Order: sequence, then structure tokens, then C-alpha cells
Amino acid sequence: MATEVHNLQELRRSASLATKVFIQRDYSDGTICQFQTKFPPELDSRIERQLFEETVKTLNGFYAEAEKIGGSSYLEGCLACATAYFIFLCMETHYEKVLKKISRYIQEQNEKIFAPRGLLLTDPVERGMRVIEISIYEDRCSSGSSSSGSSSGSGSSSGGGGGAGSR
Amino acid sequence: MPPGGGGPMKDCEYSQISTHSSSPMESPHKKKKIAARRKWEVFPGRNKFFCNGRIMMARQTGVFYLTLVLILVTSGLFFAFDCPYLAVKITPAIPAVAGILFFFVMGTLLRTSFSDPGVLPRATPDEAADLERQIDIANGTSSGGYRPPPRTKEVIINGQTVKLKYCFTCKIFRPPRASHCSLCDNCVERFDHHCPWVGNCVGKRNYRFFYMFILSLSFLTVFIFAFVLTHVILRSQQTGFLNALKDSPASVLEAVVCFFSVWSIVGLSGFHTYLISSNQTTNEDIKGSWSNKRGKENYNPYSYGNIFTNCCVALCGPISPSLIDRRGYIQPDTPQPAAPSNGITMYGATQSQSDMCDQDQCIQSTKFVLQAAATPLLQSEPSLTSDELHLSGKPGLGTPCASLTLGPPTPPASMPNLTEAALADVIPRKDEHMGHQFLTPDEAPSPPRLLAAGSPLAHSRTMHVLGLASQDSLHEDSVRGLVKLSSV
Repeated sequence: MATEVHNLQELRRSASLATKVFIQRDYSDGTICQFQTKFPPELDSRIERQLFEETVKTLNGFYAEAEKIGGSSYLEGCLACATAYFIFLCMETHYEKVLKKISRYIQEQNEKIFAPRGLLLTDPVERGMRVIEISIYEDRCSSGSSSSGSSSGSGSSSGGGGGAGSR
Repeated sequence: MPPGGGGPMKDCEYSQISTHSSSPMESPHKKKKIAARRKWEVFPGRNKFFCNGRIMMARQTGVFYLTLVLILVTSGLFFAFDCPYLAVKITPAIPAVAGILFFFVMGTLLRTSFSDPGVLPRATPDEAADLERQIDIANGTSSGGYRPPPRTKEVIINGQTVKLKYCFTCKIFRPPRASHCSLCDNCVERFDHHCPWVGNCVGKRNYRFFYMFILSLSFLTVFIFAFVLTHVILRSQQTGFLNALKDSPASVLEAVVCFFSVWSIVGLSGFHTYLISSNQTTNEDIKGSWSNKRGKENYNPYSYGNIFTNCCVALCGPISPSLIDRRGYIQPDTPQPAAPSNGITMYGATQSQSDMCDQDQCIQSTKFVLQAAATPLLQSEPSLTSDELHLSGKPGLGTPCASLTLGPPTPPASMPNLTEAALADVIPRKDEHMGHQFLTPDEAPSPPRLLAAGSPLAHSRTMHVLGLASQDSLHEDSVRGLVKLSSV
């Protein structure tokens, strides 16, 4: 685990950031948080379409679970209301629990799938749930030593969100 | 931290952002280098933070303290002067029930005022640049004209087409139901309204607290009013009416306060009950977004179709988390939200806008009372004119503000020529502005004063339209210029 985290940081430091791709929200079912599963052409040579879609669909599934309306969410809401919402001072909502799960999942996916391909996912919650940010890094060999000084700064700054493990 | 401490601090914080790179000397803040700063300290909106970022409120909180004092004083007098008598003469359940209600009212009020209403964080520079690129692609060929096309994006939600407007301050396409609060300078999710009485915006995250607050407050007011009257009547049966008033003078004060507030509070909670049961926001209701007047196929795409589900979702649904990580530390290499493209125009825009909105604030608060009383009557005209306003004024910074200025329903006949006149004036002025971008904010609103249109109402209207339009066009020009520059 520790070495993998080290790898992520290593990636940020040693590779230079080429571009970023933003997966936008899909509002067709209302305001619940869902992301478009359309495959962005920029990732064409980097990752298999199927792997990407699987990741986004899993994320969508998590968000649907977080915003699911049903018995347990009503129970939570009524309980909170009965205590004049003071219970939230000491209780974590269902949504927050799912968000933690999501950030764990994203880190795992980063380590397993995305980092080896020079990509990095950023947790949408750090971007206001508007976008999934995918940073594309150039290969280590092609990011020449001359640009490493300046580019590493920008690379690590933008990738900073991806490291959920840093928290 | 004392409440007053927030003001000056936030002021200097603002200048710190705008002069970020140019003059690091200017920040007089101690221990900036030593201690890691939290994100609330550089939050770009016009908010106040207390308790190291745990509490978040709007900048102007004067009316909130008035609310607090009114509730505390009235309930305090009731507990001190009426409850002892009533508990002995009738039943001790009265102070108990009043106590529970009071506790609930204060809890929900503080919760509404102190929580994040659902502020959307501004776009990071990368995200903003990506959006700019997409916009340029979308209207690539037609950009040669004298006026860039309006920045909107259409999405289909449950079969209903909804326009998403671009927010020039936050550099995002506002998600559906979100709106930019001109007082707090933030985009707020599921924006309902900015409520000066609770000193905060009311949005996705605190709407249920707000609703429970006004609902419980209307119960508390009715409760106190009823038992104060009972108290006075019981006493006057024993000793006569005048002696009864002499014995408990506090009851008179309570009765007066309750009598005048009960109508607006009960009306407001009735209005919001209607909104909740149809899953609308005040903002949408005022604009008439889903009213049938716009066409037969116009319906509210967010409604679940039955009243019961709508109420349950609004009051007991899942609570979304705060998206602005207020208490998180700023990492030295964290991307800052996209900085205002041009310090001068930005600052001017928000400044003069807040001036406009200060005047509207009282209009707004009285308007809700009116609205509560006469919802069906009020829904008629604004939808039409707000559309025209967006046409001329761009989906800019101050949509809620602009729509609110349309408050009192005016004779519809005068509307079209009025906005036409405004439009005709906007376009030539805009062309003049194209050349010099560093126009001072004072200059922008001044020309409409020369216009001196017929009635004072018409005058203020054109002023708003023109002010907004010229600010936006200015801002947009500078944004575009900057993007062009950065892409070179």
C-alpha cells in the first residue's frame, strides 16, 4: 500500500502534465449526481473504453446509492428532525459515508488502473461534484529533464486532488 | 471570535486575492507563513466565517440579530411573566410545550443561519479553460460578429429542456436549479432565496432547516399569542381588564409582537408548504419557470408526481455534503479557484451590484410576505420580462437580483416598449465599450441617469438592465481577451 502511494506521488513528480479531460455531469434524470459515460477521444490511446466506462458506471452507482430515496433515508431524516438537527453534530450522514467509500474506490482505481497508464482521477467532490477530472501525464521518457523543474510544479498542483490518501 | 471581527478581516482578505501575485507586502496578516491557512480564509465569496470556519453566514447579518432578539425577548417575557400564572391556573404542560417549541425554533434557526446553503466552489483555472475551449468550439464560426452569442447550454431533464447559464464569476455552467446569489457572490445549488432574516442564503443544504424553522416559529407564535390572551382574560375576570393589564404589562408587548408577526409567518410557511409539495423553489416560482402560461408542455421536471413523495424528499431525503471544504488546509500547491480575470472590473462589478441589491433587500423581504398572501395573483407577468431581461442583459452575475427588481406587478402594456428602449440603448453603448476595457465601475451606471425615462420605476429598471449588460459585456470581453492571450 505504502509503496503504491509512493508510486502515485512519484508519477506526479517525475511526469509532466500534458492535458486534463473533464467528464461532465449527466442531468437527464434530474439533479442527482451522475456522470456521462461517453468515452472522451483524448483517452483513446491510453485506456480501454471498457475499463473507463466500468469505472464511471461504478461511480454513478455509488452516487445513486448515496442519494437513494427510501426507508433508511427517511428514517435518518425524521430522526434528525426530531432532535432539531442537533444529531448531525455527532453523527455522520449516509451520504458522507458513501463519499468516503467513493474516495477509497478512486484511490484504488488510480493505483490499479489509471496510474500505470499515466492517468489520474480526481475525486469529484473536490471539484464541486461538477466533473470527474482526469489528468493525462506524458511518459517519463518524453518529459525531458529540461522541463522537469517548472512542469513538476504544475503537475503536482493539479494532481493534488487525486491523492485522497494524503488526507 | 467576536462577530465584528469577521468584517475587516474579510475585507483585507479580499484584497489579498485580487492582488495576489503583485504585492505580497501588503498583507498585514500575522503568521501567514507560519501556520497553514484554512480554505475559508481565502474563500472568494462574500461570506463571514466564525469559529475557525465551522460557521458560515452572509456578510450582512444585521437583520439576523433582529430576528434573534425578537424571538428571544418575546419568548423570554412569556416564560417570565405568563408561564408561572398559567402553570398554576391551568396546567404545567403549557410551559413545557412552549419550551420544546422554543428549543426547536432556536435549533433550526441557528442551523439555517450557520450552515453552508450548498455553495458550489468556483472552477479551477484548468476547468474554466476547458469550458472556454468548448464554448469557442460550439460557436466557433459566428464569433466574428460584433457580439458573442449568449453562453447557454441546453440539457434535457426528464423530457423537459432546461437552459444552463454560464456564470462569469464562478466560471461554470450553473447546474440546473442553481443560481448565483448576488449578495453572497456564490452560486448556490437549488437556490431558493437569500433570506436576510436568517442572514444566509437558503439553498439545497439548509432548505429543510429553514422550512422547519418557519413552521415551528408559526406554531410558537400562535401558541404564545393564544396563551397570552388566555392569561389576560383570566386575570381580567378576577380583577377587571385594566387591572389585569397593569398586573402583567409584558403580556401587552408580547401580544402586540405576536399579532403583527403571526400573519407573515403563517403566510410564509403556507407558501413554502405549497412549494415543497410541488417541489419548486421560490426562485422558480417567482420567475414562473414551470407555469402553464409558457406553453402547454411546460411542467416541473423535478417533481416526483405526488405531493407526499415531494414532501418526504424535501424534508427527509438524504442531505448532501458541503462541497466547499471550509476547514481543509490550503496545500501550497492546491489549485486556486480561477482568479477574477481582471481585478478592476471584477471588483467594480461586485461592488456596484451589492449596492443595487442592498436596496432590493427590503423589497425582497416584504415581497415574500406579499407573495405568501397572494401567490396566484403575482405569478402573471415576471416570467415574460425576466426572459427579455436575460436576452438583453446576458445570463450574468445578478440574475436573482435582476428578477427581483421586477417585483411589483406592473401593467403589462408598458413592459415591451420599456425593455425595448433599454435594449436599444444597450447595444450602441456596448460597442463603445469594446475599445477600452478598463472602464471604472463608477462610469458604467452613470449614462442611464441621463436617460431619465418617464416614471421613476421605469428609470430604475433601465438602469439595472443597462448596468448589468454593460458590466457583463465588459467582463466577457476581458475574459475572452485573457483566454486568447493564454492560448497564444
